[in-house]
Amino acid sequence: MMQGRHPNWAAPILSAVILVLFLAAWQLAVHDTSPTAGMDPEYAKLMGAAANTGKSAIPTPWDVAVKLWEAVRHPFYDHGPNDKGLGIQLGYSLLRVLLGFGLAAIVAIPAGFLIGMSPLAGAALNPFIQVLKPVSPLAWMPLALYTIKDSNISAIFVIFICAIWPMLMNTAFGVAGVRREWLNVARTLEVSAWRRAIHVILPAAAPTIFTGMRISIGIAWLVIVAAEMLVGGTGIGYFVWNQWNNLSLADIMLGILLIGLVGMALDRLLGLAASAVTWRE
Amino acid sequence: MSFQCEMFDPSVVHGQSCGCGSHAVSSNSGEARLGEVVRSAVLRAAFPQAAHRRALLKSLGAATLGAALSQFFPLEMATALAADAPGPLEKPKLKVGFIPITCASPIIMAQPMGFYAKYGLDVEVIKTAGWAVVRDKSLNHEYDASHMLSPMPFAISLGLGSVQQDWQIPAIENINGQAIVLSNALKDRRDPKTWKGLRFGSPFDFSMHNYLLRYYLAEAGLDPDTDVQIRVIPPPEMVANLRAGNIDGFLGPDPVNQRAVFDGLGFIHILSRDIWDGHPCCSFSTSKAFIAENPNTFLALSRAIIDATGYANKAENRKEIADAIAPANYLNQPPIVVEQALTGVFADGLGNVIQQKLRAGFDPFPWESFGVWILTQMQRWGQLKGEVDYAAVAKSVLLATDARTQMEGLGLVAPASNSKTFVVMGKTFDPSKPAEYLASFPIRRS
Repeated sequence: MMQGRHPNWAAPILSAVILVLFLAAWQLAVHDTSPTAGMDPEYAKLMGAAANTGKSAIPTPWDVAVKLWEAVRHPFYDHGPNDKGLGIQLGYSLLRVLLGFGLAAIVAIPAGFLIGMSPLAGAALNPFIQVLKPVSPLAWMPLALYTIKDSNISAIFVIFICAIWPMLMNTAFGVAGVRREWLNVARTLEVSAWRRAIHVILPAAAPTIFTGMRISIGIAWLVIVAAEMLVGGTGIGYFVWNQWNNLSLADIMLGILLIGLVGMALDRLLGLAASAVTWRE
Repeated sequence: MSFQCEMFDPSVVHGQSCGCGSHAVSSNSGEARLGEVVRSAVLRAAFPQAAHRRALLKSLGAATLGAALSQFFPLEMATALAADAPGPLEKPKLKVGFIPITCASPIIMAQPMGFYAKYGLDVEVIKTAGWAVVRDKSLNHEYDASHMLSPMPFAISLGLGSVQQDWQIPAIENINGQAIVLSNALKDRRDPKTWKGLRFGSPFDFSMHNYLLRYYLAEAGLDPDTDVQIRVIPPPEMVANLRAGNIDGFLGPDPVNQRAVFDGLGFIHILSRDIWDGHPCCSFSTSKAFIAENPNTFLALSRAIIDATGYANKAENRKEIADAIAPANYLNQPPIVVEQALTGVFADGLGNVIQQKLRAGFDPFPWESFGVWILTQMQRWGQLKGEVDYAAVAKSVLLATDARTQMEGLGLVAPASNSKTFVVMGKTFDPSKPAEYLASFPIRRS
């Protein structure tokens, strides 16, 4: 990188240029080829465009834009239990993520406090955490379906189990890392354990805790798509799966775009919350 | 059936479960019970005084009295008439699961085409991602009834790869309608003897697809467990896997087969009717517990399904059905693909337009001999070990007698017997000699 400051407008302009180049390359790469000659017309009628014109199965950027426009115009249509608008699907996914994430926060933050404040508890629980943390969330799904006996709650459980670890670890880390001097001051002033936790440790550890929450919500959003592809029914993951059945890549790309946008929005929201509690010395 | 139930006691409200518990609803009782309800009603009308009636019953016996009555009262016709009104529905709102394939056509189309509504039911048909999820959601009773591969209710009833629950098949959905699809790269390797080392997709371990594919390969001298690889791939994902080169072919359901051709990825090597013409594929199934708890609802539901299945079997209705089930809420496929699979006028992927009206059929009758054959194949491939009472298991899972009553009530032609012989790749299967049949295969696990 060159030294020195760049003007404020440079980054957005560069982003736009990259986008245009990307779209142009995409458009060129999937450009239609000419129809294959010599196919019996009766036979050709029974075949798809990919087979009888050699058209690429990959949609053009324009195809995806058309799908996006349709989705924006009718976000909440309901054509029965297996065909609902993208607004409704995203709503189901967000609801599941928020429930699973909320439950994980309720468990992880107090547990993280306990681990952070008590080195003994931390050392005792550490092996369990280390074993459970790297388990792929979807590996829990068959077990959840079998024991919970409800696919919806199973999906929420899978979110819960994968969202809990970053929050737990970060809370424990933040709580354990509170400055000795501050705790000593609190002890000198003889404040109760409860006040010490709420007024000294919590504000001090808040930025670390929020960082953990931010990682967790990112993971939760990654996992919900996979979980919904597995159990089906509703949600943006189900939408992608349903379009996969139909090999409708334009719809799948639309799904990918929306998943990315919503994921970014969730991350920004927690980022804003984190900066609100960040303190500087 | 005993009389502890006071079947003829006017204080018992018939049409609901009789309350004694001992024979609330046994497997094949739908028809029998209806007959008894009608007979007792006629008896009550003929001998209004309870004491008089009981004395008669005691001295003559129910069967004799019933036979005597039928001399001057058309009991059969009264039974058929009563069959039109199953009594109050215990649970009019139902959830029925399905996998998006044409095997489930009757189950799916019964929703948009109003067959459920015709029998007073409000049914939500729920698309499901794969057979394992269908099994788990059914066992969890998230679904009241479901589309299942015919071998699945057997596996569940026997506790194979599943928690044991008693599961039953009131109606088969489709016969034929499957195909072996191969990737375009294999256009010059049509002889199965040359298929050593290939990778095939099959929708589920407990599927007719798995058994038919294994049968076909074994007839060509290949051991399906060691000479090729058979991977379980849910039907909706088969085409994507063929495109990705994860598999070289599959024995799959429609419209998946036709979709692979439509997208120029593969060709139809043979139809499943070339292996066994008239084989069952998918079933409509529910738990014995659901039937016991909701006898009237079950009656209405199985009538709706059998009615829809009969409608689906008529060639002239196939295009209408294709248009009804192709949209995103159901199969989510281009209508032309579904139409080819259902009408039997289709592109084979090799440049030919084939006319085969018998490519797909819909016949609700759950032949008990189908069950016996399935059990022999479960044993053949090591899924089911030890002694099996073939006939008893087949009879308890497949509700052939009930299906006959419903079919006749709906004006469909039902066979007189519950079992038949059939031919699979030139070899006759006799349901009365399953053990000999099993022993006749050189390639087998047991």
